Amino acid sequence: MSIEINGVGKQFGDFVALDDVSLHIPTGQLTALLGPSGGGKSTLLRIIAGLEHADRGRVQIEGLDATHLPAQKRNVGFVFQHYAAFKHLTVYRNVAFGLEIRKVPKQQMRTRVNELLELVHLSQFADRLPSQLSGGQRQRMALARALAVEPNVLLLDEPFGALDAKVRKELRDWLRRLHDEVHVTTVFVTHDQEEALEVADEIVIINEGRIEQIGTPDQLYDEPANDFVMRFIGPVTELGGRLVRPHDLELVVTDPGDGHYGTVRRVVRVGYEVRVEIQAGAETVLVTASRSQFQDLGIAEGSPVWVRPQRGAMSVASSQKIPVAAG
Amino acid sequence: MATVALGTGPTARLRRSVRPGHLTTASGVGLGVAMIWFSLLVLIPLSAVVVTAAGGGWTGFWSSVTNEQTAAAIRLTVGMAAVVTLINVVMGTLIAWVLVRDEFFGKRALEVLIDIPFALPTIVAGLVLLSLYGSDSPFGIDVANTRSAVFLAFLFVTLPFIVRMVQPVLAEIDPEVEQAAASLGASRFTTFRRVILPSLAPAITAGAALSFARGVSEYGSLVLLSGNLPFRTEVTSVRILSSVENNNLAGAASVATILLVISVAVMIAVEVLQRRMSRRG
Repeated sequence: MSIEINGVGKQFGDFVALDDVSLHIPTGQLTALLGPSGGGKSTLLRIIAGLEHADRGRVQIEGLDATHLPAQKRNVGFVFQHYAAFKHLTVYRNVAFGLEIRKVPKQQMRTRVNELLELVHLSQFADRLPSQLSGGQRQRMALARALAVEPNVLLLDEPFGALDAKVRKELRDWLRRLHDEVHVTTVFVTHDQEEALEVADEIVIINEGRIEQIGTPDQLYDEPANDFVMRFIGPVTELGGRLVRPHDLELVVTDPGDGHYGTVRRVVRVGYEVRVEIQAGAETVLVTASRSQFQDLGIAEGSPVWVRPQRGAMSVASSQKIPVAAG
Repeated sequence: MATVALGTGPTARLRRSVRPGHLTTASGVGLGVAMIWFSLLVLIPLSAVVVTAAGGGWTGFWSSVTNEQTAAAIRLTVGMAAVVTLINVVMGTLIAWVLVRDEFFGKRALEVLIDIPFALPTIVAGLVLLSLYGSDSPFGIDVANTRSAVFLAFLFVTLPFIVRMVQPVLAEIDPEVEQAAASLGASRFTTFRRVILPSLAPAITAGAALSFARGVSEYGSLVLLSGNLPFRTEVTSVRILSSVENNNLAGAASVATILLVISVAVMIAVEVLQRRMSRRG
């Protein structure tokens, strides 16, 4: 079910968490709200859920004005970073909670809960307490609990943020597959660009309470709207005052006429990739090349070299707003 | 004490699965010291009470505890302690809630004041109650020599128990758990009843047990205001003292034994209740 956000603003004291945000989230998609910490993405998610109320603007869920609707009436599923498990209830009762509230008949409830436990691979843990589960299992339980009430939208706030890298990656792939199965409109908040690029159909980049860009992972990577988006998604370096991707640059050993001259300052090999730092005037330019490309050049630290963008390379004017935070 | 049951279910189960009879030297010494200390301070005096009670023989014991005046005192004490504890369960939880969840002017002062019934010597509390609610009451409320005096004194001295037990547990509850319940459709009342209350229950029952035990044993705070009228306002502790003063040690010990049995029964009941609650959820 689609979500429509119109001119939403929210302030905490003097701090502007959201500044006139408008956004359309289409039905059935997996949308990521991506941005640096404190940028307002969690606040936006909590406003959609009704856990926070906007100072200005409107929120519509499924065509229905939900701006002043309490969380209880919105029929959204919410998954918290730290699970928010009901510690005194078994896994089964945790998942059944929303159904018990809705007074679903016992038999129907049992079928539904067992179905969900099956879906999140927790059937054999139905009688355990949350404290007897691992972090990943707890988060899957929280997800089943949120899905049990057949929510119009599923909202996840940094759902994998508290898990270690390996489990995070597994759950990420699993969430993607789950979404392909269940097809509920899903919005998740993350500060991890890789997570967003891998999982989401559409990404909304939020920074300092404003939306910087909305698009598919490919659009954001290939056509960033500004230098913030470019810096935030994927690696960047600077050449001639413009931001470019290090893998969109090439090195030439004879003057091509349109290149920037410099000397090789450092060469680092990471697996299949070679990272070359070039001192070109005042700029330090990073170029990445494959191992064989690099070997063909026959250069080493101190060698003179020319750098130029490859044909069709995309670049964005640098405004020096934010220090480089690539990767 | 019942407080250990706060760490519920699984850990308790784990602990029980450890095979007994395998102690390291250090833990052996520790256990020995603990047992000696506990025996000296608790077990031996308690046994002495029971032995003294038995000194009068079964008939002596039976006649002292079925003595009408004694029976009336026991009924009054236990009944009043139970009623006061029930009130504390509600009011103590409420006060803890206000102290944890609300911000208001004078909160820090209230935090400190809650402990006054603990800190004040009970006879001082008795004096305060006497001057406020005695025959010279500045408010015109005179409860001297009535059961209300006993009630009031019990309420005063047992107030902090549940507040202090519930407060830290309530402060630990993650607000996101309540938000999760809300997003699943639970009203605030349902969230309180089904999510918060079960988490607080072990603390509430532990506090209730302490509150009850304290009520049953109270002496100083009520002795001035209640008038100690036989069959009306005389509590067991006063009754025991008068037995001792009349050189009826066996009789005093008999009443004490009954109190002991009641207290132990309440502790066991609370423990069982806690176990069941933590399992059922």
